[in-house]
Amino acid sequence: MGRIVLDQVKKSFGEVTVIPPLDLEINDGEFVVFVGPSGCGKSTLLRLIAGLEDVTGGTIRIDGEEATQIPPAKRGLAMVFQSYALYPHMSVRKNIAFPLRMAKMDQAEQDRRVNQAADVLNLSDYLDRRPGQLSGGQRQRVAIGRAIVREPAAFLFDEPLSNLDAALRVGMRLEISELHKRLKTTMIYVTHDQVEAMTMADKIVVLQAGVIEQVGSPLELYQRPQNTFVAGFIGSPKMNLITGPEASKHNAATIGIRPEHIEISQSEGTWKGTVGVSEHLGSDTFFHIQCNASPEPLTVRATGELALQYGAEVFLSPRSEHLHRFDEKGLRIE
Amino acid sequence: MARAVTSNRKALNTAIAWIIALLIFFPILWTILTSFKTEAQAINDPPLFLFFDWTLENYSVVQERSDYMRFLWNSVIIAGGSTLLGIIVAVPAAWSMAFVPSRRTKDILLWMLSTKMLPAVGVLYPISLLFVQLNLLDTRIGLVIVIMLINLPIIVWMLYTYFKEIPIDILEAARMDGASLREEILYVLTPMAVPGIASTVLLNIILAWNEAFWTLNLTAAKAGPLTAFIASYSSPEGLFFAKLSAASTMAIAPILILGWFSQKQLVRGLTFGAVK
Repeated sequence: MGRIVLDQVKKSFGEVTVIPPLDLEINDGEFVVFVGPSGCGKSTLLRLIAGLEDVTGGTIRIDGEEATQIPPAKRGLAMVFQSYALYPHMSVRKNIAFPLRMAKMDQAEQDRRVNQAADVLNLSDYLDRRPGQLSGGQRQRVAIGRAIVREPAAFLFDEPLSNLDAALRVGMRLEISELHKRLKTTMIYVTHDQVEAMTMADKIVVLQAGVIEQVGSPLELYQRPQNTFVAGFIGSPKMNLITGPEASKHNAATIGIRPEHIEISQSEGTWKGTVGVSEHLGSDTFFHIQCNASPEPLTVRATGELALQYGAEVFLSPRSEHLHRFDEKGLRIE
Repeated sequence: MARAVTSNRKALNTAIAWIIALLIFFPILWTILTSFKTEAQAINDPPLFLFFDWTLENYSVVQERSDYMRFLWNSVIIAGGSTLLGIIVAVPAAWSMAFVPSRRTKDILLWMLSTKMLPAVGVLYPISLLFVQLNLLDTRIGLVIVIMLINLPIIVWMLYTYFKEIPIDILEAARMDGASLREEILYVLTPMAVPGIASTVLLNIILAWNEAFWTLNLTAAKAGPLTAFIASYSSPEGLFFAKLSAASTMAIAPILILGWFSQKQLVRGLTFGAVK
């Protein structure tokens, strides 16, 4: 079980409030991702749940039990750190067994669980090595192994992949998702990378300056962002946000249109523009087009086959059913 | 490009290093040499360097006149005991300063060090009075406590700097893994800080071993360590250089040997964390 409920949780460091009072419910078995730009308080929020930081106000409940004052060792949560935080003086086997040893579990059961975890994570050949002799990906797997052996109520991941190179990151992302499907244990995952958030999460929590901007499934956030921050943050490349007269035509302060929702044509369309830089990814091409609708160039997605000269004249038509409208405060207008 | 060092330059550096090392070592060498001379040879003018009648007489006289083993045992207990006690007190102190610092931690560290700037004789009177009141005069336990307190600032400072090098993530991981504070310090922090703790221990044994002011002032016959043993040879009957040298050699030999064998560890510990 791993249902975690935050009620009016607040955190200040001295005079500075990092997280104003905040409510959040995380259901048992959910994969929840906290995402936001650096300094948005996502790691602090995770550390509050872990118990590594004390809350300034509010309560945290784990499986219905008040946990606010319980020390991290007693909360039954496991954490995977960005720096892996392995014990350098212990072998991989001892690293993975450490939480079991702290729980005074008998040796036979410890061995059984360590071997099982090593099996799942492909670490069986490395059990007698020291962390210093392993690659980054292997170290991260040891850290995950150390977390899974104790069968915690929930896993907390603090940017676990940001120290890995890009290729390895995609692989580990899949492994963690796979692990979640198999264990069905609550996972809370902190990242600044919205691609990780979109690909892994059941539920995404978008944070900015300690405030929850929106909570929802990846597609909900993508299709119906509640404000301009979420609209700009989720999705890659970013949503085009247009202010000024073009927005007023739609009775809004800002309108947003995703790159894939703009039709590009060489003969006719709503807006006229000139092609700037084009990025060919093979499957898709992204054009940056300067047009009369917006002072900023718009990003437009087209098929990989389409090639347009730098400086060529084109016409753009936003698909109106995919137009997002926001008011002066940046909030979504339905 | 690496700086070019010519072989001439290298030879010169080596020669200078040897000269400095010999200058530093010379008093110790002279003491050892003198301990093998007769009293007359010891004060011979011009001084005799290697060509004299080597004798072990001084050693047997010294051993006859005073019980070397008793002084040695006192030294071992006082140096070992005060260091052990100091480490036990300092590890939690350094832990809290390194990992949960308060606004005043830096001030406290400086204040602790400032106590080392006070001349010891300035507190001789109050400490002596306390010793009289508590019946600690000429006891080993009294000296263990006083010398531990005197070296405590250095132990805390050294441990603090080593602990600062340990990433707090690893301690937090231990906490998440269910380790209590005691287990965290015992199974995670201490093993990782072993090089630092070892050099702290070694340095403090040396400091405590050589400590003379308090041992001379607070002991008499029973608890006197080797420093008192040496001092007893600059006696009212006159100075006996050869015997004094023999006593000194016997007193410094154990610590010299310990230092010799542990120098690698000592240097590693003292430069710990300087280069990542």
